[in-house]
This record gives sequence, C-alpha cells and structure tokens, in this order.
Amino acid sequence: MSQTTFSDTLSDISSPPATLVKRSLKERLDSFPWWFVALILILVATYTAIILEPTYAEAFAFIKAGLGVTVKVTLWAFGIAILLGLIAGMGRISRNIVSRNLATLYVEFVRGVPMLVLIFFIALVAVPVFVTGINNIGNWLESLGWQAAAVPLQKLDGKSVDMTVRAVVALSITYGAFLAEIFRAGIQSVDKGQMEAARSQGMSHIQAMYYIIMPQAIRNVLPALGNDFIALLKDSSLVSVLAVREITQIAKLYGARTFRFPEAYTITAILYLTITLVLSLLVKLVERRTRQDER
Amino acid sequence: MNAKPVIEVKNIFKHFDKVAALNGVSLNVYPGKVVVIIGPSGSGKSTLLRCMNHMEVESSGEIYVNGKLLNGDQKRLNYIRSEMGMVFQSFNLYPHLNVLENVVLAQRIVRKIPRKEAVEVAMEQLIKVGIVDKANAFPSQLSGGQQQRVAIARALAMKPKIMLFDEPTSALDPEMIKEVLDVMLMLAQEGITMVVVTHEMGFARAAADEVVFMDQGLIIEHGTPSQLFDSPVHPRTQQFLSQILSH
Repeated sequence: MSQTTFSDTLSDISSPPATLVKRSLKERLDSFPWWFVALILILVATYTAIILEPTYAEAFAFIKAGLGVTVKVTLWAFGIAILLGLIAGMGRISRNIVSRNLATLYVEFVRGVPMLVLIFFIALVAVPVFVTGINNIGNWLESLGWQAAAVPLQKLDGKSVDMTVRAVVALSITYGAFLAEIFRAGIQSVDKGQMEAARSQGMSHIQAMYYIIMPQAIRNVLPALGNDFIALLKDSSLVSVLAVREITQIAKLYGARTFRFPEAYTITAILYLTITLVLSLLVKLVERRTRQDER
Repeated sequence: MNAKPVIEVKNIFKHFDKVAALNGVSLNVYPGKVVVIIGPSGSGKSTLLRCMNHMEVESSGEIYVNGKLLNGDQKRLNYIRSEMGMVFQSFNLYPHLNVLENVVLAQRIVRKIPRKEAVEVAMEQLIKVGIVDKANAFPSQLSGGQQQRVAIARALAMKPKIMLFDEPTSALDPEMIKEVLDVMLMLAQEGITMVVVTHEMGFARAAADEVVFMDQGLIIEHGTPSQLFDSPVHPRTQQFLSQILSH
C-alpha cells in the first residue's frame, strides 16, 4: 500500500480496511467516523475551558501531578505482566502436567475474582504474607548460622512496603493472567507445520519456540497487547483505593477538599481519554502494518 | 544388495487413538537410492514417511537411521534429524524470515556454523534450486513453486544424507509442479538418498530406483518402476494403477 491519508486512517477506526475501489460520496459520508469528530470537539471544549476558566485551570494544574504516577505504575505493571503472561501462557499449553495446572489455576483464579477485590487482596493480604514468609526464611537462615544472609531478610517489614509497589504487584498479577491467555492464543495461532519444520531440521523444542514460534506468536498478538496496555492504563485508576497518588486519587483529594467535583472529574476523564485515544490510534497503526506484512 | 541400509523400518505399527494407520510395515532404504511410495489416500504412506524421522512416533516396531535406533533420546533424535532433510506438502517456510534467513537459520543454531559460511552455503543451495534472485524476499511474496524450492534449499543447506519428501507437489498449482519436480530429479541424479511420497507417477517412473505401493497400512507391492507400473502382480496394485493412469 502506498500513501495513506489521515482521513483514511480515521475511517479505518470505524470500518473495515478501505477497498481499492473508489467509494461514492454517500458511502464516504456513511462510513466517516463522525463519533471521532465529536470526541475531538469534546476534548477541544474541555481544554478550552482549562485555558479560559480559572477554576478548571487550577484543578488541572493540581490533578496533572498524578500523571507521572499513573504512567509509572502502568509501565511497570505492564512490563512485569508481560513476563508473567509469557510464562503462564506457555505453561497453559505445556505438556508438563504440573506447570499446565499451575498456570491454569493462576489464570482461572484471577479471572474469577473482581479486579478491585484482587487489588485489595494482593496489596493488603498477599504482600504482607509474602514478606512474613521472607522474614521466616531469614529466621531459618539465622538458626543455620548464616547471619549475613539472614539479617536483610529479617529486616523486611510487611507494613512498610510502599503502596505504589503493592499496586504494581497487584496490577501485574492481574494483567499477567489476562496476557497469559493472549500469549496462549498467539502461540496456538501459529501453524503446527512451523514446529514440525523446525524440529525436522534438528532444532530442539526450546530453539523452535524461541526462533520460530514466539516471533510469529508475538507479532500476531501485538494489537491485542496494545489493547490490554490501554485497559491496564485505565484500570490503574483502581489503585486509588490504596491511596496511591495517581490521577484518580489526586482528583478524589481535590474534589473532597474544594467540592469542585465537576472540575475534578471532568478533567480526570479527559486526561484518561486523551491518553487512551492517542494509544489506540497507535495500536490501529500497528495492526494495519502487521496486516500489510502478511500479504 | 550388499550395502547397509541407511533407513531400516522393522515391522512398525502406528495407530491414532483407535484408527490404525500402519499395520506392520518393514522397509529398507539403501544409500543413494530413490524410493517412491505411492498409494491411495489414507493408505499410511505419509505416516510411514513421518515415522522415519519421528515426526510421528510408531506405536510399536523399530526404526534405524544409519544404524541408530530412533527412540525417546531427544538430543540424539535432533542430531539424526539434522542429517535428514524433510520437505512438506505445505512448504512450512518460516514466514517471519526472508528466504536467505530461512536457509541460514538451522545451520547457525543446530550446526553452529559461523554466519559467513552459512550464508555462503545458503546462496549455493538457492542457486541450485534456481531462486537466488529472491534471497531477500519473504515467503509470502513467492509463488507456491518458489516456496517449495526454497524449502528444498533449506533442507539441503544442512547437507543431509537423506531427503524425505511428503507429497511435495500436492499443494501446488499445476503449472508449478514441474519446477519442483525438476529440482527433485536433479537431486535424484546427484545420488542423494531420497524417500518420496507422491502422486506424481511420471516422476516415480523417471526418478525412482524402487517403488513401494501401500494400501490400508501395509506394503502391498515393492519393486522397480517397470515391474510395478508395467506388470503389477497384486490385484490391488493393478486396480489402483488402472484408476489413476486411465485418464
């Protein structure tokens, strides 16, 4: 495909890929993404209000301070979730009965519990229990006489683990399970002849996975990964329940202090919308490129 | 024949769940020979071929390649496989790699050959199958016949002692069958050991040293092309040949 115009990219958001046939004016009007224009207008109106209205300006200046934490939490959580997802996704289709069942247990457990409950559970139950476990290992090492290794482990304090860290752990574990299903589907989407061809050349199972299967699987799931990244960014708002000072939490604080709820939550909504809109355009572009490569 | 067989298949059975695919098959393949396996679909000919490098594992019986028993030892199996090229009906080129890298990859990671040398070998093989001008193309940009020739080059780059062909032309458009068969004929004349499952009787006649006719998981008849095609003994062979040669 040669040059694509911006309006092509836009209409691609709402409609199947543009055909090579020239479309009539009516068809073009029909498939034109009017909703997208409306969305842009809403954004423009809000940002205008931010510039012109002092109360909006003040709220914006206050709330945008949470942007950094939102981005940081999202990036860390997504990075760790990818690792967990890769491991669990491969575990799900492993021939080893133990790893297959462990991976399935993890995925099904996470999928069956509301995310908000999981965040409370992981941050306030699982993390402290885990730290206590580490303390106990420290005590055990001490009893063996390994002071140097024991002391740092004993010193860890379950109560003092930063809430932002707990939030990242909770989101990573949750999204790791979602990504596991994506990776599993991605691996299974690769033709089984690929594994056969690789093995017939004398590659080991691991080599075939690494050089042949995974590169294709990951390319197949890139758009889905992008969508989950956007979803994670939105779900990072849930960690406001842990008082992590990301956008939503700061908006909550601002609203409670000033009683300017319209300003607080309009700006919060628009901040998320701006980021997710830009990201979903990027995902669309990636999707378009991978589809082109396949031709 | 005095030479030791390079592939010895000893009384193998294979069943998938309840369905029997092979019902006691024995076959020796001698060095430098071209053995063509023919038979109706479902006769077990592909299964037999795929057992020869353990793409399928036989339910019972034994297979020796170069005197080595194929068993559960993965390391040994990988080594044996690296010395047997396999060409598939559906090509199975690696779509995320270009033609050159398709031919280079296994040399690098299985044989640990330095890149420069592996590229040289790859180019040599691509020249041989007549597709060197597409070295930088991706598989999706090639026709079926071209893809299959790359797949042959990919297998040859490992310098195999044996080549297995599993219906290499069955997925091709008719006008592309010849270019693949020409490459295979050239290989046959070079004296590489080949086992070929195919429906191309013309190729079997021209290239085969031995033809094996299979039906219902058994070898029904085994002989030279002229014996098998011109004076088949078994009624089932006669029937099969009359059906496919009559039009």
